Parts: sequence; C-alpha cells; structure tokens
Amino acid sequence: MSTNETFTGRRDFLKTAGVAAAAGFPAVIRAQTVTNAIKVGLVGCGGRGTGAASQALRADDYAELVAVADVDQAQVDKSLGTLKKIQRIGGRVKVESDKQFLGLDAYQKVIASGADVILLATPPGFRPLHLASCIAANKNVFCEKPVATDAPGVRAALKAAEDAKAKNLSLVAGFCWRYNAMIVDTFQQIKDGAIGKMAAYYATYYTSPVKPMPPAATRPEGMSDVQWQTRNWYNFVWLCGDSLVEQAVHSVDKVAWAMGDIAPVSCVGVGGRTIPAEGGNIYDHFEINYLYPNGVRAFIANRQIENCYNENSDYIIGSEGTCTIGRGPRPKIEGKTNWTWSGQPYDMYQREHDVLFASLRKNTPINDGTRLATSTMLAIMGRMAAYTGQQVTWEQAMNSQESLVPDKIDWNGSLEVKPLARPGVTKLI
Amino acid sequence: MHARFSLALLLAGSAASGADFAADIAPLLESHCAACHSQARAAGGLAIVSRQSLLDKKVVVPGKPDASTLYTLAALPSDKRGAMPPGGPRLPEPQLAKLRQWIEAGAVWPAGVALKTGPATGPADENDTVRKIHARITARPSAANPGAKYSITIPNSAVQYEMVPVPAGEFQMGPRKVRVDTFWMQAHEVTWDEYRLFMFQTQTGRTPTKDAIVDAVAGPTRPYVEMSFGMGINGFPAISMTQHAANKYAEWLSARTGEFYRLPTEAEWEYACRAGGTGQTDAWHSGNSNGKYQLIGKKQPNAWGLYDMLGNVMEWTLDQYGPYEASGVVDNPWVRSTMPYPHAVRGGSWNDAAAELNCTVRVASDATWKQQDPQLPKSIWYMTDAQWLGFRLVRPVKVPQSDTMFGYWNNGVEHDEQ
Repeated sequence: MSTNETFTGRRDFLKTAGVAAAAGFPAVIRAQTVTNAIKVGLVGCGGRGTGAASQALRADDYAELVAVADVDQAQVDKSLGTLKKIQRIGGRVKVESDKQFLGLDAYQKVIASGADVILLATPPGFRPLHLASCIAANKNVFCEKPVATDAPGVRAALKAAEDAKAKNLSLVAGFCWRYNAMIVDTFQQIKDGAIGKMAAYYATYYTSPVKPMPPAATRPEGMSDVQWQTRNWYNFVWLCGDSLVEQAVHSVDKVAWAMGDIAPVSCVGVGGRTIPAEGGNIYDHFEINYLYPNGVRAFIANRQIENCYNENSDYIIGSEGTCTIGRGPRPKIEGKTNWTWSGQPYDMYQREHDVLFASLRKNTPINDGTRLATSTMLAIMGRMAAYTGQQVTWEQAMNSQESLVPDKIDWNGSLEVKPLARPGVTKLI
Repeated sequence: MHARFSLALLLAGSAASGADFAADIAPLLESHCAACHSQARAAGGLAIVSRQSLLDKKVVVPGKPDASTLYTLAALPSDKRGAMPPGGPRLPEPQLAKLRQWIEAGAVWPAGVALKTGPATGPADENDTVRKIHARITARPSAANPGAKYSITIPNSAVQYEMVPVPAGEFQMGPRKVRVDTFWMQAHEVTWDEYRLFMFQTQTGRTPTKDAIVDAVAGPTRPYVEMSFGMGINGFPAISMTQHAANKYAEWLSARTGEFYRLPTEAEWEYACRAGGTGQTDAWHSGNSNGKYQLIGKKQPNAWGLYDMLGNVMEWTLDQYGPYEASGVVDNPWVRSTMPYPHAVRGGSWNDAAAELNCTVRVASDATWKQQDPQLPKSIWYMTDAQWLGFRLVRPVKVPQSDTMFGYWNNGVEHDEQ
C-alpha cells in the first residue's frame, strides 16, 4: 500500500463523516466498512500499554482494540486477558490470534491492520521509529513519554510532529501532568503573576529503583543480547534513556512547561552510580542545573536508590512568593498570594484519552508532538552534561550526533553494552 | 432457554458415564469453591464441608439444578454480578455439565469423603507459611499480662511500637449490642518507620532476614512513585496501602515477632475508639493539619491511651462494608470479604472536617482510591489516591487456630473487579 492511497487515513469515524472531513481532506469512505467505530492498535503490551488501551476504550464507547504488538506472547495473553475481563470494554477487545503480532517489526503489522489510532507504549528507544512510521501511514497516535533516548531520535520525532500537523492527525503525548487540572491551574496562577517574577525552579524525583537488573546468572541459556537487554530495558541507556529521561522526565517536563516551553541556554550536572550495575549502564542519581534566559535557573535532583530520603516535589520560587507542588496532595502558593488548589481530582491518564478521542470525533486534531520532543531533549541534555562532566548548550544538545539506538536491530543478534559513562572521560558527541 | 436446551442435550449424551462425586465433583469443589467456602473462611456464611452443609444453606436442591445456586451461579457468565467463582474464570463447560448432572442425580456425597482445602489464590504453600507462623506464635510462653501495656522492638531494627490493653466489653453499635474479647491495640497508627521495613523487604539488594518464615510472607511490589507524597517519613503514619497490604503486614509482623497481629474488626475498632465514652477530644482534621498528615501521638490520646484514633489518617478494618446485620447481642462480629469493594474504613483523616471525626462515622473503600495507577492490572498493594488512609493492628489475647489466621491475613479479594 503506497502512502498516497491512505494519505488522509480513515476518517469515517467522524460523527458527521463526509461532511466535517471536507474541512481537511476528502474522507475515504468505503460504504461497507462504515461502522463509526474508532479502531485502536496497541504497540507494547506491558502494564502501561494495557492501561492505555483500557483508557482508550473507555474514552469512546465505539472504540475497539483491533491489533496488538509485543515481543512476548505471554505478555500479549496477559494484557488481552486483563482487558477482556473489564466489563465496560471487554466486548470491544477484538484481537483475534491473527491480529496479535510478535517481534521487533510487529508494530508495522499493527499499523497495517486498519487501526485509526495507535498507542505507542514500548521502551522508548524504539519510539522514534514507531512514531515516524505511524505518522507516515496517517495514523493518529497516543505516544508515551519520553519519545526518544538520543538526539537523532528527538529530531525524528520533531519531524514526525510537523508531518502530523500537516496531515491533520492527532498526536497526544503521555506527559500526563499537562492533562491534570491540578497542575494546569497551578501553572496558570504562576503565569498570572501569583509568585511575581520566577527566579528558580527546584524539582525532586527521589524514589526507589525501578525494574533493577537481575543477576546475570538468571539469563536463560541461548537468549541473545538484544532479547536480554529488551527484557531488562530499564537498565540500558539506548532503550530507556536513563532515569532522568525515562522517569524524572515528568519533572523535566513540568520545568519546560513552567518556563513556557522555551529553550534553555545551557546546563551542567553531576551524576553516577553506586549500586552494582549488573551489566546494565544507567546511573542511579543525577542533579542537573539548567540556565534559562534572564538568569532563571532550574534544578532537578533525581535518585533511585533504596533506603534513602524519597520525595517527588516542585518548588517554584518567585520574587513575591513560592509555589509548592507535592508536599501534600494539593499544590499551594504562599507569599503575596496565598492559594491552595481546591478542585476535584480526576484520573489524568483517562483524561489524555478522553481528549484524544474527542478530537477525533470532532475533527479538531491536537498535537503535543513538539513539546513531547523538546521536553525529552531537555532531559537528554541533562544526561549528557552529567555523563560528560561538560557544560552543554541547547544547540550542542539538539545537534548531537550521538546515536545510541542501533540502525538495524536483530532480535537474535549480539549487542555490546557501552560502559557506564565517566565524567571527564566520556565525550560529548 | 436455548442455552439450557443445548446443555441438556450435551448432558444426555454423557449421562451414561454419570457424575462421580470423588472423581468429578470433589476435585471441582476443591479447586473452585473450597478456598473461600472452607470451614475457616465460610465466605458468605457457606462452608462446603458435607452434603448437609449444602442442603442447609439451600445452595443445592437435590434433583433440581436450576434451583440450586451452587449450579446457577457457577453457570452465569463470569462478568455477571454474583457469578461464581468471583472474578472468574467460569468453570469449563464439561465441569458445569458434571455439576448439573450430579445435582440432577440427587447430589450424592458418600460418607467419609472430605474435601482437601487450600488457599484461594497464590502459591499452595501460603497455608503452610501460616501454619509455621502459628507454630512459632504458640511455641512462645503465653502472653504477658493482658491488662498491661508494653513496648516491642521489631527484631533486627531499632523501630519500636507500643501496645495498649483493651478490656473485653460491650457497647451499642448501630442497632445491636456488640461484645468484644480482650485484645491489645497499637497505641499509634503504623508509621512509615515500621511499614517500610516490610515494604522494602522483597526488594532487590535487601539483606535477607535469614528467617525463612518471615521471608515467605508475600510483600509489596516496588512502588512507582514516592509513597509519602512529600508529607514526611520518620514518625509519620504510613498511607496509601490496600487492605491486602495491611493484612500482609500483619502476617509479616506476626512472623517477625512471634505475636499474633491482625487488623481490628470494625466492631473492635469502634469499641477501642470510644474507650468507654465518646473518644478523644482533639484531632488532626482539615482545619488544623495544613493539608497533610502529622506526626503520630501529638494530640491527647483517648481514655485507654490510644492516639489518633480520630483524625490524622483513616484506618482500615477487617470488615466488608455493609448495613449492620442482626440486632440483639452479637459476639465478636466480623463481616468477611466477598468482594474487593467496599471495605469499612474508620476514624476520618487530616482531609476531613472536624465535624466528620467521631467514633461512629463509617467510610466505604472505593475503586477510585487507586485510579492514578497507570498500569493494568492495577496494583494489589497500593492505593495511590488514598493519601489519607493508614491502619493500626490489634493483638487478640486468644490466639486462633491456623486456618482462622489464614482467613484474617488473606481476604481473597485483593484483585480488583474491573
């Protein structure tokens, strides 16, 4: 199937199919297939992907899950089994065995399955390729964070975001706080001057380790490097981007958001690893200092070590007050303005999908792609500063030629693990 | 109707072979029913131990499968309310057919055939773990003076907690009088200092306790988020755990200390809260807590020396939430779990108005308390949205049998209905 034939994608799910669609591109309506259903494909059937699929099907009563991809049939079975048991959506999980695809190229088969919306929830190293392929095939996308683990991946994602815009496709990003009224309202207060002029943003992301590397002895005989690394993806920089990029990126994204999504000037950082890496190559702590125009600073502290002080908070310090998020369930502002968020909490993960599916029904595409890519880059830039020990400018980061993800990945192939980065030794590329 | 007919035809075809109790029915009851409907757990009041037990509860009407709920509830699609086993999966058709056939043929249960029972879910050795903990508890010299308070340090840690005696007694609980036996209760809500010893016990990199029984108790998975939500750790109450997690903490602490702990029943909780009167007079509530939980033990305790029964964090009880059953006088009531929600939660929290804090206000647990869990299936350990929910444990003076202990520590409904 050539790209041209499907350039507009399937748009017959518009409630006013054929009429509203004229605003963008003429709808391709095949009379016998007009079901008014929105077909959903899932790439990556882990806990998060399964959660996203359930949210997608809850977001629209006529959404159907039609195809899934993973590297592991057991994971597919578990995921579909869980979804089918949910009364409200179970009947719309329509993934027969010939629509359950396995392998690193399985995402292509989901794209070709006739799905209108693809949910991307694999380890992030694979994401730039998945996102670009979806947009090339005119698919609407829910894309988990982060969108890449290296600068070439970010640039590919930026291009995909632009293409999606040109094609009127919706691209919703999994930076969930942007869909949480609690933080939306809080940042609106700051924008409206509640803390005066912003001077600094301090964010903490101190937690326990996530998915730690199992001992090498537990690796099954005959399992390839690529398989072993993919199954333990959180421990490899090319797959996860390191904790700053995979986890604390939520804090990084809040910084970007508070700063108005403008580019920083530069950053410096420290980081390292104290827990035995067990063959993986990620750090277990970072502290990054970003410099923004006009001398505004943002500090992000991230640690994933057991039995330490844990905290996930944001302190935004202004000339006339301080905003605190995460010290207690409700954000508050103290100073010239005294304010506590008093709204009704809701499920922000569900909200992402409610917004996405409503945009499809109304033919008013939303596109979070650019900020998805730039917030990811902001985190990668911090990692680069910590790994190399150098000051890194935004231009250096954006133009980095360091490619962590191999061009061709063979599921049964060998793949050398780059040594743990050493500040002063590891080069900025 | 149509389905019935085809089932009947199916049965007619296999009728010649017959349904044999020992070969067909006992294994079916053992694997699908007996874990919850055992003598010890008797979920919904039904213990499947003999033919008579089925007839007494009218779940089997010999000769009439369609009037026998043992059959009709098992035959429901697993997503229908009341379907057995709860949460599925539905019995395979051939087993359902056998069950129907057995009832039609008069539900014969030969004398001397007993069911072999085991736990509802999880590895089969969980029962064994409980038996070993039971043995450890009963091997110890009998409890200290039940009238005295005492402190205990959790072995291999510097973490201490205090137990306060609660005398046996009677009080008016809703429409009925309730009598409870003597127990000790933790003077304070369980703190992060205590709970984190358990929460991180199964994490990689920990030092094993080298105590096989302690290590055999199931423990929480790795939390994805920082679970104190910035409200503080040392000396602050633990929060956001499921009732299942609180039950497992009780089991773990029992294994660790050799003393029998469990959550209080709702009746025990209210009785202890009242302390012979109306409970404590000052508490942490939404008007004085600055939007977060507070250090334990900073308000005056109630008359029996229990701190923060009201306010600070709400507390789990053992009971399923529902209207109070029975009037008259009830001894040691305990409403056993048959579904994941709702369970009874007591005491109010820092998030509630002062007027909401008294010994009789009941709160029903709800699935939205874990809506922020982005993963599916949702965690059986964390209720990320319940940042005002904790617990404390009791130690009954009378140590129960091992299978009763199993029932206290395994609610059997930890997996959410979706």
